Amino acid sequence: MEKTASANGTPALEVRSVSKYFGSVNALDDISVSVHAGQVTCVLGDNGAGKSTLIKILSGVHVPDKGEVLFEGDPVSFAGPRDARARGIATVFQDLATVPLMSVWRNFFLGNEPTRGRGPVQRMDIKGAQKIMRDEMAKMGIDVRDPDQTVGTLSGGERQAMAIARAVYFGAKVLILDEPTSALGVRQSGIVLKYIIQAREMGRAVIFITHNPHHAYPVGDRFVLLKRGRMLGSYLKSETSIAELTSLMAGGAELEELSHELQRGVDPSLKEVAKELAAEAKTPA
Amino acid sequence: MSATSPPIATPPTAPAAQDERLVPISRITRTLRRPELGSLLAALFVFVMFAITDSSSNHLWLKQTGIAAWTQQAAFFGIVAVPVGLLMIGGEFDLSAGVMTGVTAIVMALLVGKWHVNTWIAVLITLAFAGAIGVINGYIVVATKLPSFIVTLATFFVLRGASTGGVLLLNSGSTQITVTQAHPPGLSSAKSIFGSSFFSSGSLPSGYSTAILWFIAVTIVGTWVLSRTRFGNWIFAVGGDQNAARNTGVPVHRTKILLFVATALAAALVGIISFTQASSAVSEQGVGYEFFYIIAAVVGGCLLTGGYGSAIGAALGACIIGMAFEGVIYAGWDSSWDFAFLGVILFLAVVVNTLIYRRALRARR
Repeated sequence: MEKTASANGTPALEVRSVSKYFGSVNALDDISVSVHAGQVTCVLGDNGAGKSTLIKILSGVHVPDKGEVLFEGDPVSFAGPRDARARGIATVFQDLATVPLMSVWRNFFLGNEPTRGRGPVQRMDIKGAQKIMRDEMAKMGIDVRDPDQTVGTLSGGERQAMAIARAVYFGAKVLILDEPTSALGVRQSGIVLKYIIQAREMGRAVIFITHNPHHAYPVGDRFVLLKRGRMLGSYLKSETSIAELTSLMAGGAELEELSHELQRGVDPSLKEVAKELAAEAKTPA
Repeated sequence: MSATSPPIATPPTAPAAQDERLVPISRITRTLRRPELGSLLAALFVFVMFAITDSSSNHLWLKQTGIAAWTQQAAFFGIVAVPVGLLMIGGEFDLSAGVMTGVTAIVMALLVGKWHVNTWIAVLITLAFAGAIGVINGYIVVATKLPSFIVTLATFFVLRGASTGGVLLLNSGSTQITVTQAHPPGLSSAKSIFGSSFFSSGSLPSGYSTAILWFIAVTIVGTWVLSRTRFGNWIFAVGGDQNAARNTGVPVHRTKILLFVATALAAALVGIISFTQASSAVSEQGVGYEFFYIIAAVVGGCLLTGGYGSAIGAALGACIIGMAFEGVIYAGWDSSWDFAFLGVILFLAVVVNTLIYRRALRARR
């Protein structure tokens, strides 16, 4: 891993063999994840796989008990989330850190408001802020015609887009997205995936945490699978398929077992589910 | 939500030039969305109503006498109601604001009348005293995370008890402190700034109270801060969603403490004005006013739960209260009816404001 390497040589953010314990619980055990600028690394795992703990290590909330975190090739120890953010690691958590009753432009610049004038006449550069917000949102493919529109009136996908656009605008080199599609419908999820691609095209390193391989596969360059705190594998896109990811995540054998259990049930709709599960369990073979 | 069909993998060729779901918003809807609209309509309604019910000789309500009377009342409430409104938008209450107007008047009277301090120095000491109480209020609220309702209720009782007891102790058993010197240093110049009048004429010999100018100034400053400055953005944010505000780097604690300080300073301004007007102060002055400030803010469209409202709205709310107090007198009713009237106005305003607020969240309609 040469320091002189281009953006593609040195990962923008990397964790090497990190472990994290909470009392007797081994939340993460020997996990290694890396992401390069202009690439999307998807971290996949079911509930309890350790995704949240990993995000907290990446975003500076937790310090790993073992292993190291490297930012642009250098080992770092984040003093806290603010420290990580100051270095250009932006985490878009599920709550999005938006205030529903405030307008889009006020939310976009919250905590980083541009100002004009000095001393007692210092004021926000409202026109400038509105223009930048519109331009940045347009880059994400959203036309905000009324900058005074409140964020509460945006759809879930648009709100995600605003949070992503905001992080990108304020200098995020690494963008960590915590389950951005989990609360969204099919179409809205598609829109968010489009924004992930936009962020990648802008040269950002994106870490996309999800439990849905169907969302991860189309946008990801690399896939890291977690299960019960351990790494199940790390694949390049060319090395894997949706079917394989799905099967690995759920565990093919477990799916088959679940399918049998459901088929014993009487509810006809459950039988349909069972058939689908059986099909999914078989596909990678 | 089936997960079987892979969603679109490639971005559309061009970013959507315009979202077909965005309906152009008319100027009328835009106006309807302003938080102070309800209070403006209510103020006009109340003004017209008291013009009709006015039973004074010569219909004084519509003349300068009537206007001077209710604007002075409105000013006394509004100077504090505007910062109380900002505080409410920031998600907190200050129940000690009412008694603070009385306590600061007493501090002024003690300093000038009893200890013969120069009035201007007394003004500075009084403001520093009030600011300190504001810092204490704010600090306790952010440090303990207790509801400000309880914290400032405690401050209210402490201030009320300590000021009444203190006055009795220092003033040999009398509740009123009056300036007895012939010409206390600085009092006349301070009076001309705080407790004087302007525009006196043949039809209105007493003129308009200087407090009205302070009221206008406070409203302009409050509006400017709220809508044009970074601090204003932070006020909306800490009241709207404190976690989101913190996560985006807004100094939540500093914002809240400053709001408590602003409220206390505004209350001190009223105390200074009332002392310089009368050259005396009585204990227990201002007790109960805290509710008028809150009513003014709520009537003016400030959301009780924080995050929404305007300074102009709170000022209009104060005008409504001022009109209610004076209008009832001009109508020749017993002044006890003020409260019943204010109760009805408060209820109506809350209903109207809730509708407006829902409309704001549903802006696309």
